[in-house]
Parts: sequence; C-alpha cells; structure tokens
Amino acid sequence: MNIIEVQNITKDYAEHRALDDVSMNIPRGSIFGLLGPNGAGKTSLIRIINQITGPDQGRILFDGQPLGEKHIGKIGYLPEERGLYKKMKVGEQLLYLAQLKGLSKKEAMEKLKTWFIKFDIKTWWDKSVSDLSKGMQQKVQFVSTVLHEPDLIILDEPFSGFDPINANLIRDEILELKQKGCTIIFSTHRMETVEELCDNIALIHKAKKVLDGPKLLIKEQFKTNTFFVEYKGILDELAGHYEIGKTKELELGYLRTDVQLPDGMSPNNLLTDLLSKVEIRAFGENIPTMSEIFMKAVNEVPEA
Amino acid sequence: MVRVKKKSFVIMTILGPLLFVGGYAAVFWVAMGSVDLKNVQVLDKSGLFSGKFKDSKTLKFNYISSSLDSAKAKFKGGKDNALVYIPADVIKEPKSVRIYAPKNVSMELKSEIEQVIEKQIEEIKLSEAGITHKILEDSRVNVDSETVSLSDDGEKKSSSGAATVIGGICAFLIYMSVFVYGTQVMRGVTEEKTSRIVEVIISSVKPFQLMMGKIIGVALVGLTQFVLWILLTATLTSAATAVLSSQRPEDAKAITQEMSKMNKDMPNKSMPGGNVDNPIQEVLGAVGSLNIPLIIGCFLFYYLGGYLLYSALFGAVGAAVDNDADTQQFMLPITLPIIFSFIFAQFVLRDPDGSLAFWTSMIPFTSPIIMMVRIPFGVPVWELALSMTLLVLGFMGTTWLAARIYRVGILMYGKKVSYKELAKWVFYK
Repeated sequence: MNIIEVQNITKDYAEHRALDDVSMNIPRGSIFGLLGPNGAGKTSLIRIINQITGPDQGRILFDGQPLGEKHIGKIGYLPEERGLYKKMKVGEQLLYLAQLKGLSKKEAMEKLKTWFIKFDIKTWWDKSVSDLSKGMQQKVQFVSTVLHEPDLIILDEPFSGFDPINANLIRDEILELKQKGCTIIFSTHRMETVEELCDNIALIHKAKKVLDGPKLLIKEQFKTNTFFVEYKGILDELAGHYEIGKTKELELGYLRTDVQLPDGMSPNNLLTDLLSKVEIRAFGENIPTMSEIFMKAVNEVPEA
Repeated sequence: MVRVKKKSFVIMTILGPLLFVGGYAAVFWVAMGSVDLKNVQVLDKSGLFSGKFKDSKTLKFNYISSSLDSAKAKFKGGKDNALVYIPADVIKEPKSVRIYAPKNVSMELKSEIEQVIEKQIEEIKLSEAGITHKILEDSRVNVDSETVSLSDDGEKKSSSGAATVIGGICAFLIYMSVFVYGTQVMRGVTEEKTSRIVEVIISSVKPFQLMMGKIIGVALVGLTQFVLWILLTATLTSAATAVLSSQRPEDAKAITQEMSKMNKDMPNKSMPGGNVDNPIQEVLGAVGSLNIPLIIGCFLFYYLGGYLLYSALFGAVGAAVDNDADTQQFMLPITLPIIFSFIFAQFVLRDPDGSLAFWTSMIPFTSPIIMMVRIPFGVPVWELALSMTLLVLGFMGTTWLAARIYRVGILMYGKKVSYKELAKWVFYK
C-alpha cells in the first residue's frame, strides 16, 4: 500500500525544468530517502507534495486519492530553511501552527504537553522564539512538524544544524514514529543517515529520476562483485586468475587489496586460493555505500 | 476557519503596542491639562505695566524694582523661571523687551508676556490718540454670515467652515492610516518571508488566504485603534470642558484666549464667525448641521476601501523583496498617488465641485481622500455611488494583482526583482 504515488510529474519554472516526468511510489510505513545533488529538483517535488505549488503535468495520489486540501492535516513538513515567528512565544506559536493543521486548541494543548515533557523543554513555553539558540529553535520546529500526528512526515535536511546529541534525539524520534506507523520522507545529503535509516530511496538528478527502489536492492544492483582482503604477504601469483585491484598499505605491515571475482565463481574459491598464499587478517565483500552509489549514479547520467 | 485564526493572531500580537498607544494618548492628554506653575519676575522701568500682568494657573508674576544688574544677579540665585525686563522707553522701542531665563523660555510664556505688553502699549497709544476702550470694542463688528444650503429638502443651516475642517480631518486621517497600516502589512509580509516561517505556513494554507488574513487582521487592529482614540478623545475633551466651564471661568477664558491667539496666527483657517467666547461650542453647533451619519458611514467605507486598495499593493511589495531595505524602490510608485491626493485635497477644499474635484474623487487611487473632503460639502448621490463602485472594483483589482505577485514572490529568494520580473509573475500559472 503506497501512501504517496507520484505519477509523471513535470514542473517548469521560467528558465528551466525542475522535474521531468518523475514518478515514484512511497510505501506506507517506510522511511523513504529522497536523494540528489543540489538543484536536482527534490525541493520542488517536496513542495508539490505539500501543495505549496502545483505541477504542470502529472498528479500525486495520497492513499489512492488525488492530493487535496483534506490531506493537509495528514502531512507534516519541516523545510530545509528553518523559520519561526521570532517575536511570538514558543507555546503560543506551537498552538497556532497546530491549529493551522486542523487540531482544536484543546487537543493541541494536550499533545504539546507530552512533547514538552518528552524533549525536556518545559521551561521554554513562555520564552520568545528569538531568545532561543538556533538548535533549540529547530527542536521547537521539529515538534511543530509532528504535533498533529500526521500520517506522512516530510523532513528536508532534518539533521542540518543539530549537534550530535540532538541529531541522535531526532533520529530516535524518527524511528519511534516509524514504529507508530508513520511514513517518513527525508531529503538529505548525509549518506550515513540514509545508510542507517532508510528502507527505500529515490535519486533525482537534473530533474529526472535516476534510481528508485528498496535500499538493499539498489545496493545489489551496484555491487561490483569485488572482495577485499587484508593480509601480509604477496598476492601477485593470483594475477593470472583474478583481476587484482588497488592495493593499499595499512599499519603494521598489512596490505589491503581489492580482488574482482569472476562471474559465476563462488567467493569460497577465492578464499581458498588466498589461504594458501598469504596470511589473512580480514576478508569480505565490497558492498557499495550509499555515498558511492550516489556519486556513481550522478556521474553516469549523460549531460542533458 | 483558518483565516479567523490568522486574524486573531495578528490582533493579539499587535494589541500590545495598541495599548501602548492608548496609554500614550492618555498621558499626552493629561500632560496637556497640567502644567507647572512658573514664577516670573517683572522689572518694569516704564511704570506702565504695574498690575497689568495677571496671574494665572500657570504663571505667577512678581513685580520688583531695582536696577537691571542687581535684578539679574538676584534672579540667577533664585528659583524663578524668568525675568522680564521692560525698559523705560518701551513705547518707542517695543523690541527692547528682554526675557531672561536659565534656559529657553516656553513659547507659551513668551507669547503671553508679549501679548500683555502689546495690548497695553496699544491701549496707551490709542488713548493718546483719543480713542477709548469702548470705542474700540464698538468698532469690532462681528460679521457672521450664516450659510444656508438651498436644496430640494428645504433650507438647512450649513457651515462651510466646519465642512472644511471635517473634510480636512477625514482626509488627513485616511492619509495617515493608509500609510501606517499599509506599511505594517508590508513589513509583516517581509518578516514572514525572511524568517522563513512562510514555507511552513503555506504548507497549511493557500498564499491568498495568508495575504488576506494579514490585510484583514491589520485592518481590524486599525479600526480598534481608531475607536480607542475617538473614545479617549471624546471622553477627555468633554470631561475637560465640563470641568473648566463649571469651575474656573478665568481658565476657560485663558484657553479661549489661546485659541484666539491661534486664530490670529493662522488667518487662513479662521473659525466661522470668529466668536471668541466659545469657539468649541460654535464648531460643535456647526458640525451638527452637517450630515453626521452620512459622513461617518462614508468615512468608514473610504477608510476601509482606501486601506484595502493600498495594503494589497504593500503586501505585494513585501512579498517581492527579500528584506526591509529593498522595499524602498517599490514604495515610491505606491505612495505617489497617496501624496498627490493629499495635495489635491487642498485645492478641492477651495473648489469642491470643480472638475479637478470630480475626477480625483472618481479614480480609486485618489478617491478615498478626495471624496471624503467633498462629502461635508454635499455630493450628488450618483457621484457618490459611482465613486464607491469604482473603489470596490479598484481594490478587487489590486487584490488580484497582489495575490498573483504574492504567491510567487513569497518563496522566491535572492532574485533581484524588477518591474519586468513582477509582470512575469503575474502571468505565472
């Protein structure tokens, strides 16, 4: 069951095309990573899902129905450029934003109390936003995003501006929200978070969708079938059977080399061959990181 | 539902400063009513003025006789506020009067002193010429032409002076408020844009709703502020007049003396009839002859209409720029019609039915001010209806235009905006 279906979205701005026939599905209850270089079109897509702007072509379905006003209360949005009304008090402002999303004042108050206790920010209620530091403001803004318990939460660069402790806090929140059944889309450059958190990803580059699917599957796609071995000794003898890749010197006299496994061969064979030649310290498969996948995917796209 | 919340938010945050204004107004009025008593020493070398300076609530006069130098020395050591020195030959050299004071003398004191001296010298000169006080009084004829408006409804007592004043006041009020509240809207929009809260807000509401909410919110604040001002002014003036006229007739006279002095200094704006004894009552009476309900109704309409028309444009400017400083370049074309209409108002006051008056009261950009100036003088119903319709069309037009600029500009950062750019935005989908 897909909570969002993006169908053939095209969006033009005056000088350039921001999204070119982009389609993807976002399964319910997943953590979805929306990746791409700067200017690729991610924010445009996010704005369209939030109904801030409209597409020129294509449409978006929310739970099978065309995106409409009734869905506003079901979506929470944390934009990349954070901002709150500076002169308003924290408590007041959160109440106001919650009401904009359709909560009644009473409901909002109750939920706010729980969040304030959870994040340990009870003393902030009466403070004016401008009195808080940037990190604190972002915490407040995060609360405003999730307060109305939306089904879909969109976070644009959620970790930027947070120190490691608060970044962890947010991370734990995201996982907890997923437990509760929320779907989370987040757009980011920080590949390690994608690595850790995302179930599905999509990569947009130069207005087109380049990659799309479950993270593990994509990793399979990009596997080069190479293995690494950390060892002491000389590997040259294997050169005839295998493609020997880069060798790197490590500490204490160890070396690390990448070896390409021929198609159809099992890694056990390689391991057996190595065992007889060198002193092995470590052996494993080179599974591409999201970072590597990103760079590869982006570099492979031909210039428009 | 959402718009209501926006309005209440705006009202709440601005109500604070509003109470401030109310408080300030109260303080201002109270300060007007109470002035410290000032001690003035009079050294009259000419001998003509003994007993002529009358003590009042604010001034207490002390007659001394000594040499000027010793008077000055004594004054410096003492706590009096001023020392007036009238030389012996003051009639021949009226400009030789000196007022010594530790710091600058207030205008009030200065003119009070001058007036007494002038009057006295006048009297002396007149009596030297053989004209007594009585002859002088009799020669002052009060010409008070009653203006009567002749219309199908019969003759109604009217007052051109009051009409001018009312028209002028209304015009001025509308002028001020369009500026003040219009720029408030603009600043609010720019603040939302720079603080980036706008992106979150318009994920919940449409840009048009946000813009209209802001405009309506500020309008309500403006109306509330106005009502407060009027209530405050009304209560204080009526309280003041009641207190003064019942308890202290000499103070009432002092005030009217002030007012008649003001009249002398401003010959253009003479009160109808020049009835010095009680100009306030005269004006109130004349005002009563004007069509008050019509004036108030029209005032509200034009106040709102003019505000809506201009604040939409102000809002659009706020959305188009990235910060407060950039708004300057766009302010000029918007404020020009407002300033022009204020200037035209002076001419229209002189000729309320001329063609200049007619055309400027029709064009939506100038009509709020100009039409208000004309109404106390009486305007044909069809003209009023036409002007109002055009104003409504006008603000619907500017709101549409502003909405289209707003929805694009509010998320556009970093682009240097020119008029060409704005025109493009209007036609974006």
